[in-house]
Amino acid sequence: MTLQGALPLAILGSSLLPGLIIFFLAEPHRRGRTWLNMAGAVIKVLLVAGALLGVYHGATFEVAVPLVPDYPLLLRLDPLALLFVSLSAVLWLLTTVYAVGYLEGSPNRSRFFGFFSLCVSATVGIAMAGNLFTLFFFYEVLTLSTYPLVVHRETEQSLRAGRIYLAYVMTGSAVLLGAVVWLHALAGPFEFAVSGGAVDHLDAEHRPALLAIFLLMVGGFGVKAALVPMHRWLPAAMVAPAPVSALLHAVAVVKAGAFGIARTVYDVFGAELAHDLGGTTVLAAVAGFTIIYGSLRALQQDDLKRRLAYSTVSQLSYIVLGVSLVGPLATIGGLVHLVHQGIMKITLFFAAGNLAETLHLHKVSELDGVGRRMPWTMAAFTVAAFGMMSAPPLAGFVSEWFLGLGALEGDAPWALAVLLASSLLNAAYFLPVVYRGWFRPRRGPWHENLPRHRLETHPWLLLPPVITAGMVIALGLFAASVWSPLTWVRLIAAQEYPL
Amino acid sequence: MSGAVASWLLAAPVALPLGAGLIVPLLRRGRSLAALAAGAGVVAAALLLLAVRDPDGAMELAVGGWSPPLGIRWRADLLAITFLLSTAVIALTVALFAALHLPRAEPALAGRLWAPLLFLWSALNALYLSADVFNLYVTLELLTLAAVMLVTLEGERQALDGAMRYLLVALAGSTVYLLGVALLYHATGTLDLTLAAGAVPGAALALMTVGLMAKGALFPLHGWLPPAHAAAPAPGSALLSAVVVKSAFYILLRLWLEAAPDEHAGRMLLAACGTGAVLWGSLLALTQKRLKLLVAYSTVAQLGYLLLVFPLAVGSWSGPAYAGAVWLAVSHGLAKAAMFLAAGTVMHALGHDRIAELRGLAHHAPVTMLTLALAGVTLMGLPPSGGFVAKWLLLSAAFGTGQWFWALVLLAGGLLAAVYTFRVIGAGFGEAALARVPRRAPQWLAFALATAALLAGVVAELPLRQLQEAAP
Repeated sequence: MTLQGALPLAILGSSLLPGLIIFFLAEPHRRGRTWLNMAGAVIKVLLVAGALLGVYHGATFEVAVPLVPDYPLLLRLDPLALLFVSLSAVLWLLTTVYAVGYLEGSPNRSRFFGFFSLCVSATVGIAMAGNLFTLFFFYEVLTLSTYPLVVHRETEQSLRAGRIYLAYVMTGSAVLLGAVVWLHALAGPFEFAVSGGAVDHLDAEHRPALLAIFLLMVGGFGVKAALVPMHRWLPAAMVAPAPVSALLHAVAVVKAGAFGIARTVYDVFGAELAHDLGGTTVLAAVAGFTIIYGSLRALQQDDLKRRLAYSTVSQLSYIVLGVSLVGPLATIGGLVHLVHQGIMKITLFFAAGNLAETLHLHKVSELDGVGRRMPWTMAAFTVAAFGMMSAPPLAGFVSEWFLGLGALEGDAPWALAVLLASSLLNAAYFLPVVYRGWFRPRRGPWHENLPRHRLETHPWLLLPPVITAGMVIALGLFAASVWSPLTWVRLIAAQEYPL
Repeated sequence: MSGAVASWLLAAPVALPLGAGLIVPLLRRGRSLAALAAGAGVVAAALLLLAVRDPDGAMELAVGGWSPPLGIRWRADLLAITFLLSTAVIALTVALFAALHLPRAEPALAGRLWAPLLFLWSALNALYLSADVFNLYVTLELLTLAAVMLVTLEGERQALDGAMRYLLVALAGSTVYLLGVALLYHATGTLDLTLAAGAVPGAALALMTVGLMAKGALFPLHGWLPPAHAAAPAPGSALLSAVVVKSAFYILLRLWLEAAPDEHAGRMLLAACGTGAVLWGSLLALTQKRLKLLVAYSTVAQLGYLLLVFPLAVGSWSGPAYAGAVWLAVSHGLAKAAMFLAAGTVMHALGHDRIAELRGLAHHAPVTMLTLALAGVTLMGLPPSGGFVAKWLLLSAAFGTGQWFWALVLLAGGLLAAVYTFRVIGAGFGEAALARVPRRAPQWLAFALATAALLAGVVAELPLRQLQEAAP
């Protein structure tokens, strides 16, 4: 095996192996578990950094493991893959820190961290997939390994959420599988195309079938990407512990859906064919509707996590909208939002988890004056919330700027209107939280959940949101630097739309 | 390789368990050791057969010097070896489980299980190796008798009822099958499948098929399976559900592949029965209140998938459908055996197997819970599992030959399997004490089988390629 092939396997293995070992660790081995997790997470980040450097300088990393005749498990680090891999790796590291602090003293931690690592492995597998077979393979591993995390608390409510989750995503998978195999029956085995589509050589007589397959595939991926009306599982899944909501339901699982849609449009059909078929038009309409609908529903939620969940529903469709508007600028906006939204939303979930864990605050209406008690947490929340409203100079503004330009470029002024309306709605449901936290006085004592610390809460809980909030600022301020996701995304867009 | 060695190698999988089955009841102690030693011998023989296999032709043996058209011809082609080997792996693990689990859980059964189990195994291997329809009939009869013995072991009224129904249906099936055999002999003057190829009269084919469907619990003749399989002791249920019912499918495969390659309407009819099995079996599995019955109905459903191979493999045996169906049979066997063994542990730990009262399993028997979940992955046909690989191939065949209707059956069946699997898993969460804390070692054996079903989805490329190349 060459070094080029070993790297994708190592990136996969750095979370898979610790995960498998952790399953067999007895519950009291807290130290061993933490070490394994942290070592895996740090190694993964280092490996990904190496891969970024390599790919930037033109190296290719690819490995194929035979699995079914003609359909190997193909792992490949192309720029789009690395975008998602880096996001997952960095946020996994931070979430691991957070989760260790969050779960201190609670039962079933080996099971939790075992499945958590499996989820992360599946996510990077999805990111690195070089063909549809591999993508589907890891997509389903993710589906299955997420279930035990959703029902982790084993209450009636969480079991119910687990059932809803499965009902939605499993149906989506069945549709996806059918569509993928159908496409292969038409086109034979193929890999993701580097530029253009992989199936755009098919004859015109196949067009109706191709449109059907496109819609089925996007529909299948759309369940995880929480496109309306397939979004219901996401707010229900908020009963999961905070680290799960933070990493999986703000980043890994939902992004897997959005990423699948991006792959389908860019590397399976090719943007041009997807547009000609009329598929992206349908997709853009659904995404636009989801953006507005999600925001409106978020407005009505008093439960903080549910408000964030509906906000995720809305924000994810920014990515889908960017992909479906078809054009270099919209592509840049959509793909960079894949990273930006992930970092902003994980900050919000970390902060919400801190409020719940430290002071037992779950509802927006309970947050009066919490800014004095937990200033760092609320500061992080505020930064991320302003990012979500696309306030300059934060990360969200960068995404929205390019999405807006893309809407104009793609002759879709309605999309610009949708984006502006959504920003206003974002302000309408985030500002009350910020306002209550900082400017309303608290009546009565706090319900202290944790032993008092010198800091406002457990340091392992506080550090991650502060770091990610810093990233939200940095990604906005230094968007033009060589190392920013924006630069990377420009690279991808240049590949998809050669000038 | 010299002829003598080859003959011994072909005879071993049948002779070893048969001999052990005769000796074991005479032993006062060391019964399980003797049985396990014979079992290990079968695994070794199957592996050797695979290793020395000649890709260009099957190894043959004319038992007792009788040669076709009327003789006893045994042959080991890749299909036979695949079934031999997967059965050997499953049966040996099940036997180990029985040796560890039964003395504590059901001491009364511990000594009496071995003879029927070994006879069953011997009959199965003879069936795989047989190449003519009359020998197949004989092995089927032996198999049925051994299987019925396994079902009756518990000795309760329920078990005897189940066994009686099984026996009656199986005998009726045999009679019908035998009638078909007679018709075939009348029309062609041979009983050898290869010699009769292409000349099988429709009536003979129909009669033999119906008889086999009754034996194999293929929809709509499946009614006897759930009560019989659920009544047997765990190791017995595991073998019955994982391999015994598939022996009928194995013969059907040979019959339709080799002897009657051009029968189109019949193939459609078989697949229609398969569709009925998938839908009806899954729906009944959903409504069961007991775990063992749920698992048994899931067998009815999974057997239905196998029947889809008949229209899907039309035109090219080297296409994906045939390899997919064989791989599905193998993976399902591993997973189903794991599930029934796990159900045995559940029975032992809780004293019952009511699904609504499985609480506490996830905490106190996590390995068993994980076994049920991992085996469930194969039943659902999701990656990474042998079931997924097989389903991918069958789906490819469905879309590739323009028969998308059968693809819908495959996809719907997967969803239904998910519903009944997760019903069990969801019930296991929550805190509650178990009646008895089950031993670990047997649980790990069931886990190993479930893991093997997953591995069948990761190391499938080579065997699948070879199956496609060596397609009859």
